[in-house]
Amino acid sequence: MKPPPFRYHDPGSLDEAVALLATLENAKLLAGGQSLMPMLNMRFVQPDHVIDLNRITGLAHIRESAARIEIGAMTRQRDLEFSDLIRCRCPLMREALLQVGHRQTRNRGTIGGSLCHLDPAAELPMVAAALEADIQVASRRGTRTLPMADFPAFYMTPAIEPDEIVTGLGFTPWPEGHGAAFVEFARRPGDFAVVGVAALLDLDGAGCIRRAAIALGGVGQGPVRWSRGEDLLQGEAATDDTLRAAAESCRGVAAMGDAQASADYRRHLAGVLAGRALRAARDRARRVP
Amino acid sequence: MSEGLIGRRLPRLEDPALLTGRGRFVDDIHIPGTLEAAFVRSPHPHARITRVDATAARRHPGVHAVYAYADLAPHLTANLIPADNRHLAFEANSRPPVLPVDEVCFVGEAVAIVVADSRYVAEDALALVEVDYDPVPGVSDCRAALAPGAPLAHLGAADNVVKTFQTAFGDCDAAFAGAPHVATISLKQHRGSAHSIEGRGVLARPDPVEDRLTVWSSTQGSHRVRNTLVELLRLDEDRVRVIVPDVGGAFGAKHIVYPEEVIVALAARLLGRPVKWIEDRREHFLAAVQERDQYWELEVAADRDGRLRGIRGRMIHDQGAYTLLGMNVPLNASLAMPGPYLLPAYQLDVTVVATNRVGVIPVRGAGYPEGVFAMERVMDSLARDLGLDRAEVRRRNLIPPERIPFDLPLKSRDGTVTRYDSGDFPLCQAKALAAADYAGFPARQETARAEGRYRGIGLANAVKITGRGPFETAIVRIGPSGKVTVHTGAMPMGQGTVTSFAQICADVLGLAPEDVTVVAGDTATVSLGIGGFGSRQTVNAGSSLLLAAREVRAKALAVGALVLEAAAEDLELRGGAVWIKGTDRQLPFAEIARALGGGVGYARPKDVSPGLEATGNFMPPDVTYGNACHVVEVEVDVGTGAVQILRYVVVNDSGKLINPMIVEGQIIGGVAHGIGNALFEWMGYDEGGQPLTTNFGEYLLPTAPVVPEIEIHHVVTPSTVNPLGVKGVGEAGVIPAAAAIIAAVENALEPFGVTLAEAPISPGRLVELMAAGRS
Amino acid sequence: MTAPAPGADARRITLTVNGRRHDVEVETRLTLADCLRHGLGLTGTHLGCEHGVCGACTVLVDGRSARSCLMLAVQANGAAITTVEGLAASDGTLHPLQQAFQAHHGLQCGFCTPGMLITLIEFLGDHPDPDAAAVREAIGGNLCRCTGYQGIVAATLDAARRMRAAP
Repeated sequence: MKPPPFRYHDPGSLDEAVALLATLENAKLLAGGQSLMPMLNMRFVQPDHVIDLNRITGLAHIRESAARIEIGAMTRQRDLEFSDLIRCRCPLMREALLQVGHRQTRNRGTIGGSLCHLDPAAELPMVAAALEADIQVASRRGTRTLPMADFPAFYMTPAIEPDEIVTGLGFTPWPEGHGAAFVEFARRPGDFAVVGVAALLDLDGAGCIRRAAIALGGVGQGPVRWSRGEDLLQGEAATDDTLRAAAESCRGVAAMGDAQASADYRRHLAGVLAGRALRAARDRARRVP
Repeated sequence: MSEGLIGRRLPRLEDPALLTGRGRFVDDIHIPGTLEAAFVRSPHPHARITRVDATAARRHPGVHAVYAYADLAPHLTANLIPADNRHLAFEANSRPPVLPVDEVCFVGEAVAIVVADSRYVAEDALALVEVDYDPVPGVSDCRAALAPGAPLAHLGAADNVVKTFQTAFGDCDAAFAGAPHVATISLKQHRGSAHSIEGRGVLARPDPVEDRLTVWSSTQGSHRVRNTLVELLRLDEDRVRVIVPDVGGAFGAKHIVYPEEVIVALAARLLGRPVKWIEDRREHFLAAVQERDQYWELEVAADRDGRLRGIRGRMIHDQGAYTLLGMNVPLNASLAMPGPYLLPAYQLDVTVVATNRVGVIPVRGAGYPEGVFAMERVMDSLARDLGLDRAEVRRRNLIPPERIPFDLPLKSRDGTVTRYDSGDFPLCQAKALAAADYAGFPARQETARAEGRYRGIGLANAVKITGRGPFETAIVRIGPSGKVTVHTGAMPMGQGTVTSFAQICADVLGLAPEDVTVVAGDTATVSLGIGGFGSRQTVNAGSSLLLAAREVRAKALAVGALVLEAAAEDLELRGGAVWIKGTDRQLPFAEIARALGGGVGYARPKDVSPGLEATGNFMPPDVTYGNACHVVEVEVDVGTGAVQILRYVVVNDSGKLINPMIVEGQIIGGVAHGIGNALFEWMGYDEGGQPLTTNFGEYLLPTAPVVPEIEIHHVVTPSTVNPLGVKGVGEAGVIPAAAAIIAAVENALEPFGVTLAEAPISPGRLVELMAAGRS
Repeated sequence: MTAPAPGADARRITLTVNGRRHDVEVETRLTLADCLRHGLGLTGTHLGCEHGVCGACTVLVDGRSARSCLMLAVQANGAAITTVEGLAASDGTLHPLQQAFQAHHGLQCGFCTPGMLITLIEFLGDHPDPDAAAVREAIGGNLCRCTGYQGIVAATLDAARRMRAAP
């Protein structure tokens, strides 16, 4: 289990990186390496070129500006986990991060790498979907952003061109007092989830739901925003019954089955975990007139 | 005499090196000029090989050789790995070939070896070896393999039945006739792998000057490897030395000799250079042995009070593609079933079936977990059907201590009667129930249920054969340096053997354990060796060592008495010398060794044999049986099906304990393995035999957060068949674990009408069963 | 064994391992684990799965634990690396965690041990007073087949006590 031969490039700037990516045939980008390296070791991928993004400065940052949070693609999961800004302003991401792999993998793994690997059960794409993040992309042709809703093209494949690099993501954090919960079921702590649910609720002074977001992972080919459930919550009082109805609707999601878990079980879990996530989010939310 | 070293929790002598990165595992051995190997392996469960063309691979820069069957055949005396276990002999064609001639029978079967400058280059060249496969239908499920018209696991075989046999005693017809209670029970147990964290590995170094071959292998049996190489490569015993370096766990997967060991050794001879092959994890998934796929269909007859009258039925055992160790696993499973219970009549018809999966030999437990699972499921079904408490049903059936030694009317593998030499099974169960507060459980269960939480408790008893002989040599040798060395054919692979043996030897010779050097796993130092399996080493080699150390002690005392002019009873051994008690007069071992080594001018008694050394070859008159009772309390998340183990109590009887810390470590590790077998480890295959779980992301080993603290209590009934009074403990922990855990989960889900008849059980399966139970 | 093959993509890199500087030429595809083991002869770092799950190959890279099978040696160019060989004091005195592993039977075959030690050294730096559950979570990404983890957990709690007492 050793990596196949390739030529290694470690550009020092984004310009250099996009230039390489535009010119090299069969190139793979190497970010934190926690997904690509196992696939190289197992020779599931055999690139002619590996472009290492780790020496590029300016792609690892967490900052808030103009009421938005901007995160560089090469930001390590660990740095997000320990970020006060993330803890205060985006508790959903913090709770999700604690369930991403293990200490050793979070030390290396990046948010950009996780988004691009796009495992259907990965936590950070679910979070990005719930937050309606914009994904920033660069190529020699310039930069563009695309909404997370459009980012997954199909199974484990983002909707970006072969010459494009994800450089970061940005999102508007939910207002002060919102309730967030990330609940997943993994066979063992640190494993990829079988199913995960990200839930966000914003309550008004009367305890009615001003805004809701539900993202499901581990069911479809990528993270699923579950608008049917969100519609059941919108404007309703955040009672157990309301939340239960929304959670139960998640059992209607189209799910894939595999050797690890059947489609039925994944749908069942979506309902159970959505209920837990919505209740936790509701209990954590403050009523803000 | 005793310095009181037996029974003490002494820190292990092995640890300092292992803790500082100075362990020496096979891949840590660097010999200049070593080439590295990788294997071309079949991607098909079953295929004809029509052509192997290595031309392109051989031309690849850095590749030194590619050998397939045709290249190696002229150098082999036979193309079959020799049969190791001649009991219940099996069909010749189910022994694995060294390399397949024209047919592969499981995914991962080695087809050719590539030897290159590095493993990296060797793997590059694998893709260049052109093998034309003509896939033919394979068979994966052992029940399907018995259906008329099923694909054949081996082309040209008449059918997929490797062997049928019956394990039986008593009169089952009489037991069932007029039985007030008769029930049927169907059970399924699934395969897992050993997954020592170090895979297999072998390094072979030819010495053309002396025409010798030195082989380092991560194996459970140095002499077994040596003997196989001698036989297949037509070498003299003294030309082949097999050394077992530090072994990073084994658990059965390193018990047999594999084709890879023969091929690498031969490649090294052909190339005249050292060749190393290190099994990677994917290879371990594909090509290292596995165990536990069995289907049991049982009928049980009992009295209304739950006392067993008889059990009869059929077991189908998946043997995989090859039979590497006779019928060892299915036979053990059938022998294990009666366990600690009074079973008047028993008849199990076993069908051993060939499939296109990797071959089966013991993985920690060797059939015992399966047999125990079957019996314990029977006990729980009796309790349920008869409205009795599960512990009470067991208590009524346990063999009472006054009937020990107890002869089970079963012939064991070596044809002797099965005799439980010692043990107190009701005491163990009672202690376990008390420790786990079994009596208080209904209240805990009720409280939890009131909060919407589902708790369950389960228990299981097991008896395990240990200490199988016929012997294991131990030599104690003290040379002119005065240093004490123990040589043995026993094989450490993590069990603290070095420390336990040093304790035994030092205890007799009045030394500190660190004064004793234990050399194990080197065919150059001991002529005979059997190896590490079946919980046998402390019983056999430990007893041999005790006898040898006593003989050395006697020799030292005899010389001491002569030289110091004192009576033997006035002498003591202390700090590497013989002392006259209460004086400062002493004679160092070094001096005695020189005297007995023939040193000129030294005084020595006439009736003492040469050398301050002795060889022990204790031959146990019989095997010895350990036993255990496990009680487990779990909580099931009925939303997700997740099982959390809240409490795990073990009461274990392994006879006398040399080092309780080490014994407990063995038990805890075994329990963790059993947790895997019960809840996590599922080696998936599709219908044709293609493996579905070939990495650690798909095949789940128990991790620290899912393994609870294990609480251990000892009952000590010394074995009566060896001088140490010990019983083996290497497998003790795993054997009842899955049975107890599954029982606890079933108990938790009683309100859902769930009964469990399989292991492992996944959360998804539990959710499915709860849904079915509700409807 | 780790010398670059002729014509292979290779680089000269500098690694500071356990305080000692090494200049080596490596193929760019060589993993950090293989570089340490076979290039520098530091065989204490073990490979148990080579796909980033077992944790046996864990080393500290600039003070942070990482799976060395999931890094290329070239990526560690210029980095300071700590392996199991670097944990004991220069006079050979074992680190308190190493001592506690021996005292509490935190190892059997010893193959997973280097990765456990390295992972826990970093963990104890961040969490000097952990409870058992936190220790179990911290080693959730390190597989051990021998010990059932119990001795490792006990050793870690004991080492934390010792380290707090004598920082």
